[in-house]
Amino acid sequence: MALTKKTLHEISDLLNKKEVTVQEVTQSVIDQIDAVENKTQAYLKLETEQALETARTLDETLKSRDRKNVLEGIPYGLKDNMCTKGILTTCASKMLYNFIPPYDAHVYERLMVDGGILLGKTNMDEFAMGSSTENSAYQVTKNPWDLSKVPGGSSGGSAVAVAADMAYFSLGSDTGGSIRQPASFCGVVGLKPTYGLVSRYGLVAFASSLDQIGPFTKDVEDCALVLNAIAGHDKKDSTSLNIDKKDYTVGLKDGVKGMKIGVAKAFFGQGLLPEVRQKLEEAIALYKEMGAEIVDVSFEYLDYALSAYYMISSAEASSNLARYDGIRYGFRAEEFDGLVDLYRKTRSQGFGSEVKRRIMLGTYALSSGYYDAYYKKAMQVRTLIKTDFDEVFKNCDVLLTPTSPTTAFGIGEKTSNPLEMYLSDIYTVPVNIAGIPGISIPCGLDQQGLPIGMQLLGSVLSEEKLLQAAWAFENESGYKNMKAPLGEEA
Amino acid sequence: MSLTREDVSYVADLARLEFSDAEVLSLAEDLGAVLDYAETLNKLDTSAVKPTEHVLPVQNVFREDEIKPGLSNEEALSNAPDSEAGCFKVPPVLE
Amino acid sequence: MEYEIVIGMEIHVELQTKSKIFCSCPTEFGQDENTHVCPICLGMPGVLPVLNEKVVEYATMAGLALNCEIAHFSKMDRKNYFYPDLPKAYQTSQFDLPICTGGLVEIEVDGVKKDIGITRIHIEEDAGKLLHESADGSLVDVNRCGVPLIEIVTEPDMRSAEEARVFAEKVRNILEYTGVSDCKMQEGSMRFDVNLSIMEKGAKEYGTRTEMKNLNSFRSLVRAVAYESKRQIIELKKGHRIIQETRKWDDTKGVSSSLRSKEEAHDYRYFPEPDLVPIVLDEAYIEAMKKALPELPEAKKTRYIEEYQLPEYDAGVLTASGVTARFFEETVALYNEPKQISNWLMVEVPPLLKELELSMEEIPLKPTQLAELLELVKDGTISGSIGKKVLSDVFKTGQNPKVIVEKEGLAQMSDTGELEGIIEEIVKNQPKSIEDIKAGNEKAYGFLTGQVMKATKGQANPQVANEIIRKVVAKYL
Repeated sequence: MALTKKTLHEISDLLNKKEVTVQEVTQSVIDQIDAVENKTQAYLKLETEQALETARTLDETLKSRDRKNVLEGIPYGLKDNMCTKGILTTCASKMLYNFIPPYDAHVYERLMVDGGILLGKTNMDEFAMGSSTENSAYQVTKNPWDLSKVPGGSSGGSAVAVAADMAYFSLGSDTGGSIRQPASFCGVVGLKPTYGLVSRYGLVAFASSLDQIGPFTKDVEDCALVLNAIAGHDKKDSTSLNIDKKDYTVGLKDGVKGMKIGVAKAFFGQGLLPEVRQKLEEAIALYKEMGAEIVDVSFEYLDYALSAYYMISSAEASSNLARYDGIRYGFRAEEFDGLVDLYRKTRSQGFGSEVKRRIMLGTYALSSGYYDAYYKKAMQVRTLIKTDFDEVFKNCDVLLTPTSPTTAFGIGEKTSNPLEMYLSDIYTVPVNIAGIPGISIPCGLDQQGLPIGMQLLGSVLSEEKLLQAAWAFENESGYKNMKAPLGEEA
Repeated sequence: MSLTREDVSYVADLARLEFSDAEVLSLAEDLGAVLDYAETLNKLDTSAVKPTEHVLPVQNVFREDEIKPGLSNEEALSNAPDSEAGCFKVPPVLE
Repeated sequence: MEYEIVIGMEIHVELQTKSKIFCSCPTEFGQDENTHVCPICLGMPGVLPVLNEKVVEYATMAGLALNCEIAHFSKMDRKNYFYPDLPKAYQTSQFDLPICTGGLVEIEVDGVKKDIGITRIHIEEDAGKLLHESADGSLVDVNRCGVPLIEIVTEPDMRSAEEARVFAEKVRNILEYTGVSDCKMQEGSMRFDVNLSIMEKGAKEYGTRTEMKNLNSFRSLVRAVAYESKRQIIELKKGHRIIQETRKWDDTKGVSSSLRSKEEAHDYRYFPEPDLVPIVLDEAYIEAMKKALPELPEAKKTRYIEEYQLPEYDAGVLTASGVTARFFEETVALYNEPKQISNWLMVEVPPLLKELELSMEEIPLKPTQLAELLELVKDGTISGSIGKKVLSDVFKTGQNPKVIVEKEGLAQMSDTGELEGIIEEIVKNQPKSIEDIKAGNEKAYGFLTGQVMKATKGQANPQVANEIIRKVVAKYL
């Protein structure tokens, strides 16, 4: 089997045994990128030369010592909304077309310390606003399972990089499903950790109270390994949780015997594709077979989650994106008449239409006379949804839901109707509203051969349990490190 | 409810964005649809519900009052579209 | 018809922390443009704020010193607006849950005491500065962005420019005492916004108010209030309505003018800052801050009267500024003659400061030097009038009094031998004085003493000189 098709932990084993060199590993991934990237367009910026250089240096060092870490020498991709000192960071926006940060995101620092090798910055929906990666100002990333389909979004590039073996893992960010939904569409594992588990420092903000960084990997064990590297307290992020570091691989393979797996009607309603429903039902049956107890749970306020989400996220975004004014960095309109016009022209030309739509929505929701009806109301509904989840997790350990109502949709299919696009996040947004962790893992393919994702949710800081339940399913079902047809061809 | 053109213009002004007439129309429609959908929220009586500003109960996160090195003037201005005499340059503020 | 002026104030005070409110850049004033900056205060993408613990401490202390309630739960909010000196395009401030509420400050004007209510004090960040504004453009300096501020908001309780000035001075004095701010107005560490309206005397409802922002001296505060109240009264007398607006005070021209800005009506879209967590202060914390508070002016004044037996006037003058009070106490610790020290500080020091154009903060005299000087006067080494000259020299040279006395040979002449020679010479040349004395005119002794002082350039010890004069004159009688 080609090196690129292996998982992170398999490659790590080979490196430990010195059966391969870091350069061989890195070169193989770069070869894969050369072969398929022109079809998938997952990366906005490649750093392959620097990656090879780092690999060479590391191989030299490893002649005299063992690897210090499981990530040492492992090539990976980073969503382009995480700041990388000296490396272009655009957020897939014209607004930041030339922005070179003089600082690093906390997660990037962590990965550097562990010895990971950055391959490049991945494509995304502009400022992480979108569910298809079609809102990138630069390119449309294609789904490696079917190039006419979207990879999901907003972390589409990071999902595709892993799905098409162009990285052993990647990081994405998830504000309302931006890791889990593309993971589901691309047949890989994607985790949104508990809010506050991974530092947001250096992650270009979309909606501060919802944003969270997490990994895309080829299997669940890799997910635990990457989480080990990026989770933990950071003094630079006031919302970062100050808790002891954990090893998420401990207990990973303990199985689900006696585990209570909740299923809620609210997640199997209108709009759910029958094929998706069927695969989910098969998954439930498999869990039962493995000794888990399936329990029915119910929600009272889940229907309100999507509305609350769009109000909160857009309001925060309208404020977070106000700093892009063409004064200190980034794009500035060429022609303008005075200061106010400089603002207007710069922002109108620098932002894409979806970003502007959300800024407008959020500004409206915060503006005088509407704050109580929209923003405050949404924050109150947030309380209700959180309470809903608290109640649910009194009755089960893990909640099993579809990740998305559908499989990957066609490129251009939903771009003309924002509300329809928003509806594709219906199962993922409640998780961000409640701040709880959620993981998406593959649970089969539809008739077109497109991956279907299953979402496992747990209470705050229950990542270990989620990974344990996910690993058990993955191991038993065989839906693991599935290869996209594009990957096979290459 | 739907949004008037005046609403859209007022909000655009607050957000320092400008739109063509056609864009204003389509925004009024798009945003109106999202707001109509959000109207479902108003079915809920939340008068007794506390808003959740922070999803986790973290409080009192402070840093020590100590100085650490920042950026040099060159680094600070390195991304600036226009600068002069060590400063960011903007069009006249007082018109 | 008689009118009454109604004044409320918002006072912005920069806190005296080492680093900024949300990042570790220095707060130092007067550095090169954009050199005290980092990604956080530059509002770069993806960076996050972390609140400086000293800001919370100082705001709490200020609140306690101004008799406020300290909130057990407060939070930060974002105030959104676009301006080139505001990198994030929102100011991180406090909206509905400020850290302090409901304080008061007692003032005294023309012997009448009165309480001025403090509505609230909140924490916020300062903005940057716009420099060299011209038709070509403006330059933005971010150094001041993120310098911590408290904003003190008063009730509309003041009724005259004098009350406004006394209140502002008192607040400055209290804050300077607590050490939370240096209150240097010339550096913008303390700035006043004045809300002013006019109503008929005794009316229940306030008139329409105008706001004047960023008055940065007591003088401009008083002048702005005087001008604006007069303007409003004239408008009202003409039957015009007052327009609610922000007005700009021009200190050189001495007039206020409407700031007819093209900006939309302010819609700041405040909402809770998601990047900062709530500030929760328990009783133990508040008690600890109370204990950390230094003695405040009122208490100090009372103590000076009791402990040092100073007149109320002296105690008031000495405690009117923390710097003076500190200087006084340090000197008393070295030389226990409070009233004398008070006299010198109140009478001799101010003209010297004025001559050198220095403030009390910049006084070149050390308490040890003043104590040394007073010792020299007390033990008769120098006279009081020479003492004044020595003080002036200390101001100008920084040298210690003893050194100056030594170098300049200013010690009093108590050497009887040397003095006798000089006196005999003088008496011999003043037969008229001998005649006067013979005729019973005792005043002639005084004249002779004067001659001796003149001849010795004031260095003769007057007591010793007198004794010798009497001895020498006796020979002629």
